[in-house]
Amino acid sequence: MPVTFRVNGTSRTVDVPNDMPLLWVLRDVLDLKGAKFGCGIGQCGACTVHVGGVPMRSCSLPVVAVQGKAVTTIEGLSPDGSHPLQRAWDELDVPQCGYCQAGQIMSAAALLAKTTRPTDAQVDEAMNGNLCRCATYGRIRQAVHRAAELSRGTTAAGAPRTTGR
Amino acid sequence: MTIDTTTPTGTPRAEPALDRRSFLRATALAGGGLLLASYLEPAAAHAASWGAEASLADASLNAFVRIAPDGIVTIMSKNPEIGQGMRTMLPMLIAEELDVDWAQVRVDVADSDPAKYGSQFAGGSTATPTHYDPQRRVGAAARQMLVAAAAAEWGVPASECTTASGVVHHRASGRSRPYGELATRAASLPAPDPKTLALKEPKDFRIIGQRIAGVDNAKLVTGKPLFGIDVTVPGMKYAVHEKAPVFGAKVKSANLDAVRRLPGVHEAFVVEGTAELTGLVGGVAIVADSWWLARKAREALRVVWEEHPTASQSSAGFAARATALQRDGAQHTLRKDGDVDAAFAAAAQVVEARYEYPFLAHATLEPQNCTARFENGKLELWAPSQNPHAGRQLCARTLGIPESDIVVHMTRVGGGFGRRLMNDYMVEAAWIAREAGVPVKLLWTREDDIRHDFYRAAGFHFLKGAVDAQGTLTAWRDHFVTFGEGERTVAGAGMSPAEFPARFVPAFQYDMSTMPLGVPTGFLRAPGSNAIAFVMHSFLDELAHAAKQDPVQFRLALLGDRGLVTDAEGRSPFDAARMRGVLELVAQKSGWGTRSLAKGRGMGVAFHFSHRGYFAEVVEASVSGAGAVTVHKVWVAGDVGSQIINPSGADQQVQGSVLDGLSEAMAQEITIAGGKVTQSNFHDFPLIRLKQAPEVEVHWRLTDNAPTGIGEPALPPVIPALCNAIFAATGRRVRSLPLSKHGFRWAV
Repeated sequence: MPVTFRVNGTSRTVDVPNDMPLLWVLRDVLDLKGAKFGCGIGQCGACTVHVGGVPMRSCSLPVVAVQGKAVTTIEGLSPDGSHPLQRAWDELDVPQCGYCQAGQIMSAAALLAKTTRPTDAQVDEAMNGNLCRCATYGRIRQAVHRAAELSRGTTAAGAPRTTGR
Repeated sequence: MTIDTTTPTGTPRAEPALDRRSFLRATALAGGGLLLASYLEPAAAHAASWGAEASLADASLNAFVRIAPDGIVTIMSKNPEIGQGMRTMLPMLIAEELDVDWAQVRVDVADSDPAKYGSQFAGGSTATPTHYDPQRRVGAAARQMLVAAAAAEWGVPASECTTASGVVHHRASGRSRPYGELATRAASLPAPDPKTLALKEPKDFRIIGQRIAGVDNAKLVTGKPLFGIDVTVPGMKYAVHEKAPVFGAKVKSANLDAVRRLPGVHEAFVVEGTAELTGLVGGVAIVADSWWLARKAREALRVVWEEHPTASQSSAGFAARATALQRDGAQHTLRKDGDVDAAFAAAAQVVEARYEYPFLAHATLEPQNCTARFENGKLELWAPSQNPHAGRQLCARTLGIPESDIVVHMTRVGGGFGRRLMNDYMVEAAWIAREAGVPVKLLWTREDDIRHDFYRAAGFHFLKGAVDAQGTLTAWRDHFVTFGEGERTVAGAGMSPAEFPARFVPAFQYDMSTMPLGVPTGFLRAPGSNAIAFVMHSFLDELAHAAKQDPVQFRLALLGDRGLVTDAEGRSPFDAARMRGVLELVAQKSGWGTRSLAKGRGMGVAFHFSHRGYFAEVVEASVSGAGAVTVHKVWVAGDVGSQIINPSGADQQVQGSVLDGLSEAMAQEITIAGGKVTQSNFHDFPLIRLKQAPEVEVHWRLTDNAPTGIGEPALPPVIPALCNAIFAATGRRVRSLPLSKHGFRWAV
């Protein structure tokens, strides 16, 4: 039975088995490759997207569960990669292999949407469900705080700056 | 990060040896501009293309520089990017000597083509030592040609011209020309002999030594397709491959007809497989319209497997066999220095201990995958491989087609750690695509990945050490029980006869015994070292405590005042002075011995030399009465020579290595039962999480040595440093990993 939902602001209808996880609808039907497959059991967070603004593990979410809802993926976080988290991630050079980082950013975006000035403990809590096999955790912490600063319009950096291109 | 500047630095005393001839050649681009290639061998005729604009008639090049009329410099990055920062670092080396601004540089990625690029490989922390000089010469040659072009135009000596930020200047006459306007003319000039090129003095570096952000960051943070798993090929279908849970077993029968009738299934068939564990693994392939449908169909698949002798193997059985081998006496002696028996007889104290560590999986976050298209006898692959050329050879051998009929595109790799040195997923995809008659994307589940790895081999060490009345280490014997046949060990399961503390203890013996193994093994980040450092530096700590000495002072005394130590013919170099330097630095930075710690809190130290790098590390940890471990901080001091090329990436490699080691130490274990792997996913093969991750403070000690790599050597010391900190905190000595087997767990 067709399922209709909004993805990054656009209404989409897909005709797939209703138990097909949202992750595979996004990746293989709608060609949005940002959310990643890591474990398939909600353990790693690489597949994190927002459903109605709430971070969800799309690998374990049947597509039928998002009928009529609004899904945001990393591709829809900002029109041009200018979300404070995206800028902070580049500025602090967070990625190593980079595979988990879309999921990390989506978890962080849900945090910052509710909490403009998160404490260390709040960052730890919000980000603990996202595994990074390269263990970029130190820079993830710094970058979430840096993004919060950028969101508030302050510029003082909390860590050494890298040169981007 | 800090850089210790107390050590005088300058031009390294030795550049890495170049074992290939190299020369450079320039080719004019059809659209104007300069294309510079560095050739490893005199070119064999080999047509190749690069992007849409350029074509090259010759081959064997290992790097490119292209300068467009608008001044944009495009640099080709030749090696796989697995998260170690190669796509950024190699172009930095070229850009530095080319003397352009990093903002002018664009990076493009090479396909796997050894005839054009030479070795394209990610492993062994080799990229820096093998590329630091040659890649800079590529840039320097291009710069020299651009200067020559300007000098000829102006009628002035090239020696009067200078460059800066992609512009050639003639100060005396006040003239300047940007590279983009000189590139076409420069391309018509002869390429210089790379040996004659003058390279910059390190003090003049403007890109090397800067924190440069990864060139793919913008794409990564916006979710652009970069990885193998993201590849889409027109008309492709999706494949899963069910392999035997018992390693090496073949398919006896399967309910293929029932599976073929399931929704979306295009084809289901038996993959016979090859005999060797490193080849094509047999099983049942299902090809479907979507990966989800293929995976669903797999749930209905019922396979009967042939019996296989590996079903008799288990982790418990290996441990029992190790005990028996120790009881029976060693099969081989790897090294013997001095009179070991006499030294033990004369010792004031003798300590004996059994150490062991488990099999480990790599668990790259991107599961193994490959996309393959087989058409008209030719194979095209999109592969996240650390070792694409070996994968091409494996596919050629297995499919019985010439290598020249195979093209391999290198995708960004979602974690390597040594897993993707092996290319089993490539040959599976190739075989399935040919059999199915359609392009396929093969994707493993996490369970496939955990259960079909090339594991870090388990191992057992039976140690005996002695100290004299003054607390000096006088004798050491290690009977290493590992896997193999005779003196040949399985992949990643050997030990160098020069492994520290060899050569630093007067009476010293390494023995080895082997037992057969039916489980595939391979190379995990800092192979060998990731296990051996735990054993050696935990036992050294035991001896330090037996001698009632401070663990840092005991190690400093062991290193003594020696410098470079080698075996015959200069083999197995170990520079004791460099190790002393990092040990003293990390002791100072961590405040070793200067702070009083609360009950249940302790500091541990260890060092290790591997992959040409010297690393010493201190862990400060607390342990609750219930075994809950908090690592408060890790201090690292590293010596990888005279230059940190990209401090941003270098710090990340060290910090990631350290946390990776903590992951391994705490709770990672692959157990074998009935010839199968017990674990299946991250719930029972856990990675360290953000809350558990301590701050890792990195200090570089710059020394007058050629720069070397940092993907691996920072990992090994942290495991014994953690175990030694736990001993300092609790008095409990951990002699087998993981820590979770002994009631320890992360506090959060």
